[in-house]
Amino acid sequence: MNTEYSTPGQVPTGPRLITGRFDISDGYTYDGYVRTGGYVALRKALSSMTPKQVHDEVRAAEIQGRGGAGFMAGTKWGFLPADVHPRYLVVNGDESEPGTYKDRLLMELDPHQLIEGIVLASFAVNAAHAFLYVRGEMALAQERLAEAINDAYAHNMAGRNICGSQFSLDITLTWGAGAYIVGEETALIESLEGERGMPRLKPPYFPAVKGLYMQPTIVNNVETLANLPAIINDGGGAFKILGAPTSTGMRMFSVSGHVNRPGVFEVPNGVTTFRMLFEAPEYCGGVRNGGTVKAFIPGGVSAMWFFDEHLDMALDKPTVDKAGSMLGSGAIVAMDQTTDMVAACWRIVRFFARESCGKCTPCREGTTWLEQVLRRILDGQGRPQDIDLLFEISESISPGIAWPPLQTTICPLGPSAVSPIASAVRRFRNEFDHYIAHGRPIDGVDDVLHPEGSRVHV
Amino acid sequence: MSRLNDANITIAKEIIARFPRPKSAMIPLLHLAQEQDGHVSNKAMVHIGELLGVTPADVYGTASFYEMFKFEPIGKYCINICTNISCHLVGSWNLLHHAEDRLGVKAGGTTADGMFTLEDVECIAACTEAPAIQVNYRYRYQVTPANFDQLIDDLRSGRADEEIPPFGTLSRVRQRTSESWSNYGIEAQAIVDER
Amino acid sequence: MSKKTLSITIDGKTHQAQPGQLVIDACQDAGSYVPFFCYHPRMTPVGMCRQCFVEIEGPRGPMMVVSCMTPVVEGQVVRTTTDGVKRAQQGVLELLLANHPLDCPVCDKGGECPLQDQAFSHGPGESRFVEEKRHFEKPIPISDLVYLDRERCILCDRCTRFADEVAGDPLITFVSRGSNTQVLTFPDEPFSSYFSGNTVQICPVGALTAKPYRFKARPWDLDQEESTCTTCSVGCRTVVQSSRDELVRYQGVDIDPVNWGWLCDKGRFNFESVNSAERLTTPLIKGESGLADSSWAVALDVAARMLRTALAIGPESVAIIGGARGTNEDAFAWAKLADVLGINQRDAQLADGLPPEIFSLPQATIDDINRAPTIILLAPDLKEELPVLYLRARHAAQKRTARIIEFTAHNSGLTPYAWRSIQTEGGKLAAVIRQVGTTTEISDQLSRGDVVVIVGRMNLAESPEFVVNALAEVLHLAPHARVLPALRRGNVRGAITAGLTPQSDAGGTADILAAAASGKIECLILLGSDPLADVPDADLARRGIAGARNIIAIDTFLTASSSQADVVLPAAAYGEKVGTTTNLEGRISNVAQKITPTGTSRPDWMIAAELSIAVGKDLGISSYADVHQMLIDSVPSFAPASDEKSVRHDGVLMHHPHPVSLARSDSSVADHNSFKHRLVVSRKLYDGAQGTVNSPSLVSLADDAGVYVHPLDRARIGVHNGVDVKVTSNRATLVLPLHESQDVMIGTAWIPFNQTGTDVRELLDLSEDVCDVRIEHI
Repeated sequence: MNTEYSTPGQVPTGPRLITGRFDISDGYTYDGYVRTGGYVALRKALSSMTPKQVHDEVRAAEIQGRGGAGFMAGTKWGFLPADVHPRYLVVNGDESEPGTYKDRLLMELDPHQLIEGIVLASFAVNAAHAFLYVRGEMALAQERLAEAINDAYAHNMAGRNICGSQFSLDITLTWGAGAYIVGEETALIESLEGERGMPRLKPPYFPAVKGLYMQPTIVNNVETLANLPAIINDGGGAFKILGAPTSTGMRMFSVSGHVNRPGVFEVPNGVTTFRMLFEAPEYCGGVRNGGTVKAFIPGGVSAMWFFDEHLDMALDKPTVDKAGSMLGSGAIVAMDQTTDMVAACWRIVRFFARESCGKCTPCREGTTWLEQVLRRILDGQGRPQDIDLLFEISESISPGIAWPPLQTTICPLGPSAVSPIASAVRRFRNEFDHYIAHGRPIDGVDDVLHPEGSRVHV
Repeated sequence: MSRLNDANITIAKEIIARFPRPKSAMIPLLHLAQEQDGHVSNKAMVHIGELLGVTPADVYGTASFYEMFKFEPIGKYCINICTNISCHLVGSWNLLHHAEDRLGVKAGGTTADGMFTLEDVECIAACTEAPAIQVNYRYRYQVTPANFDQLIDDLRSGRADEEIPPFGTLSRVRQRTSESWSNYGIEAQAIVDER
Repeated sequence: MSKKTLSITIDGKTHQAQPGQLVIDACQDAGSYVPFFCYHPRMTPVGMCRQCFVEIEGPRGPMMVVSCMTPVVEGQVVRTTTDGVKRAQQGVLELLLANHPLDCPVCDKGGECPLQDQAFSHGPGESRFVEEKRHFEKPIPISDLVYLDRERCILCDRCTRFADEVAGDPLITFVSRGSNTQVLTFPDEPFSSYFSGNTVQICPVGALTAKPYRFKARPWDLDQEESTCTTCSVGCRTVVQSSRDELVRYQGVDIDPVNWGWLCDKGRFNFESVNSAERLTTPLIKGESGLADSSWAVALDVAARMLRTALAIGPESVAIIGGARGTNEDAFAWAKLADVLGINQRDAQLADGLPPEIFSLPQATIDDINRAPTIILLAPDLKEELPVLYLRARHAAQKRTARIIEFTAHNSGLTPYAWRSIQTEGGKLAAVIRQVGTTTEISDQLSRGDVVVIVGRMNLAESPEFVVNALAEVLHLAPHARVLPALRRGNVRGAITAGLTPQSDAGGTADILAAAASGKIECLILLGSDPLADVPDADLARRGIAGARNIIAIDTFLTASSSQADVVLPAAAYGEKVGTTTNLEGRISNVAQKITPTGTSRPDWMIAAELSIAVGKDLGISSYADVHQMLIDSVPSFAPASDEKSVRHDGVLMHHPHPVSLARSDSSVADHNSFKHRLVVSRKLYDGAQGTVNSPSLVSLADDAGVYVHPLDRARIGVHNGVDVKVTSNRATLVLPLHESQDVMIGTAWIPFNQTGTDVRELLDLSEDVCDVRIEHI
């Protein structure tokens, strides 16, 4: 194991731009927020800036959306057609990508920061109504946000003539009820309209043009908006230099799996490497039991997997994209040498099969079939031709099985189920073959599905 | 097994008023019904349809898309054990099997005394605290078989009542419609929606 | 209005596409077939099945897109058969078939199934699916008419989209998620839509099947002819399908001007009545023990004798009621016979219509509904009476192409879609219109362009004059408005235009019945009409039928009236005879003969021709061609139908040679006293009509008779919902269950016409302008 980062201070760190209040016991309250510099940016913007100036700062910050796609927020705002009203800001707080665990903390521990970001963004795009859609399973976040919105209204940080300015904004807090796909922006809009959360096809339904109620709509991720107070306070330029030129600002990563200290870290974007995250004492402090990384997921389970040869790659969007995967939602999952790759692959595919909305054929039928085939292999009923079958079914969902994925589907959920299969089968073909031949995993890996050795087919 | 009661009708109307179109209040109202009855009853769906001006089939279609809505009574405590990748890697299956043994039900089942429903769920966004579980959507981190047993004892004895309300209640804080609610967005949409 | 076309390339060939067109349609036009399941040209594309992939040349090279959601643009290069496209289509088919049960041999759809056909033409040829298929209980009834087999369903969203988007009855929906997704109704709330049969027709697999057709035939055994539905006067285009000389199915045909492919369930499923064992098969003559079987020769001879006897007294002692149920040629032959015999008393309407002058006002077409910015309703509930016209008007409102201004005494199917719905009773209608017409809101709206006024009998319990006066008022406010008559009976417009309407100041049906009641009618001819069931005055109809010396009935069934006849001549029914029909907008289109007439029944025109010979006044008609040619030559309105091709498919609009205008006139009517309710009587889709009661699948769909009042009125009457009450008019007292309904105006009582049980017509008196009733608990 590389021990280069065993001494504190050897890895790049930066300011805690958006997680600074996580350690302050009352940071989630209005008083705690204001005491620690909260709502300064909003007062500044509403008293001395035009919407265009706010927009310009966000453009200058070059902040990439933190939801998964990584699209430049300032550019996205610019897609709104001029003079079409009403227009809406929809805040995507439906964090559900496995491995991802950051928006929940931002909502639970610093709800006012998010609200301040929402008001700033709405001011910049001239929206009079914002919707904050929180994941249904996050009861504490809902409570904290409800309290915070009530307080924000009470202190004139939301509602009519905010801070005495001409700008008014209503914020409607609402939450989902258990559906991963609603994290997709058009599905979220459907859900917000009281419908089944099934994605719309883009084109023609680009939210910026035809979004909520077919009106122009900006959908932004929680973490993206949480950065706005800092960007307005310190300026887009100051934000930009915190990260790499191609991935600006600080960014939250949640590192889970086989590391000694899993955690959520705010790190300088584009500078830190995966190895640093896994090994440095500031971060995860090494692979568990002194082991090695067999594979890791760099950006949520929709991403293609990385392996030891990728460890020294910086967490930089263009670099990771070019290497054939993505940083996505900032969810990094480390798997050590004891990992049963067939079981891991199956577990992720099962997720997509369970969460497919059912709207389009390839995803609905394809992900389910993939899961059934993998389950059969795990149960000792695999056939040699199943490996080809897995690829053929994958091909019907994502032609070429390439990255970035092509898709026969409406949204990227279907192709996401192909990533673990393409990653695991290509790299660990021997483990699949072994299952098919012997009905059990290769020696030396943990049979997590059958911890007591209760395997039926041996 | 009922329609929304008077207090909840008042709340429902406040919720509806915070959206430009009534149907947007669908999911919040379904949660309200589930909070009232512990599940979403057919009568509640009919009532929600009336409040939103849509058919019961429309309500049912939306409601059944979302996993959190239960159409039959379930346990007072819904225990969701995450088995997705981060938890899968560090023992969630072991925990699930333990929970099944301890409660005497398989995942998806409800104990005979109506206290517990056990579910094998997808990621609950506590990946760095794996294996993680939720009880009525309140978290428990790094759960071992031993502290799972402790949790069950606490729930049975009522020691966790303050923190964990019965199934159906999510946020115990509601957004209030403030006096400074501007309504500008809703009015603008109403103009667009006028036939 | 010709817009510039766009030049695109499809599979290497240049093609001129219409602006706004979708690539899938352009490909179809260009002869490059693109397979699909979920796309339907009359519904919003959803791009769900993923079968209609094509490759389009993009700025970054070729890309695969679903052609059902991609509009054409100038210079587009489209390829429909690239390897990538074929691979994707094979993939989709393999995935769709993975869980599809292969029960094609026992599936109604087998043989005409898009999934089956495309598995053959675009599929992979084999399945590698070895897992357990999805299982659901199969099939389950989702309404009285439709069964659902969820195992066969491919979740294309066609039926659910139709129910929501086209019919406005979102009673079926996707339930659950992912591969567990299924189509379902809400528990215990069936898919009771008047349009449910369309979902069966558009289902691309055998998931939805229609009870009246299930296991009746195999598609390859079907014979079919394109025809026009005459169940009501909308005139939907259909194909009539038979197997072994029996009608087994009607399917909607998509024509732009009329029905867009849709049919109502009544029109779709009443073919059962044509096959009914109750049909008249042989002439009947009244003897000492009632009606007895006879032969045509004898029956025609008896009928001719009756007619001659009456004519000897004078032509005013003969009258003809009916004719709106047959073809234009049928009506014309009878009108011609009446002409040669000097019979002026003839009427295709049964005292439930409007003066024929409305056909000579400036006319609107059905299509105008979807073009004009304003639609004014002075009509009965279109959803109940003219269902597909309702779909067109609803579409206009939903797509925001038109605003509907409705005047009505009780909420209609269109009320939820109306821009303004103004509740008023008939007697005040003209005054109300005059008043609201002065508001800037209404006058601004009327000045926004074309105005279509849909006019019909809003209330059978009151004088038609109210509607006519209201129409005059509208035409005064909006002189550019055009009229769409909403008279319901199938070919009423054709029959009237062909001459079955009172001539030379003779009276209509009410006068004929009154004359008969006072012994002045020697011979009454009932041409497919049943005054005892249809005339909204039971007492008058009874006295008239009883008072007529001799009755000759031409009918398909023995009805209340025809069973009182002295001679009954069996008539060929729809599907058994060839001809043309005219819809409410004056569109002439053909009806086809598909099967041999039941028993010895004959078309009405033939009966007229034979009777003319028997009375010694030969009309010179010996074939259908003769009577059709004679109609074209002698009635100028029908001249556009001279070319045989013109009446096919879209049909052709008739001429209106002599336009008239309406004079404004005041209709004033006394207010009813506060102890009474003003009675509103109007039709529902399913009632006691012969086509419904003789169709086993439809007969149970008519409601039991009842009286409906506003909840406040119910409270005032002091009875519980659903209990029997006494309803008393000047004429009679009836006992009916009372129901409260928010849709009924305070102070009025609504009783649907001709429902099962108590007959509301007992309350009605055609000589009164309005009917007020007292409602009391028993």
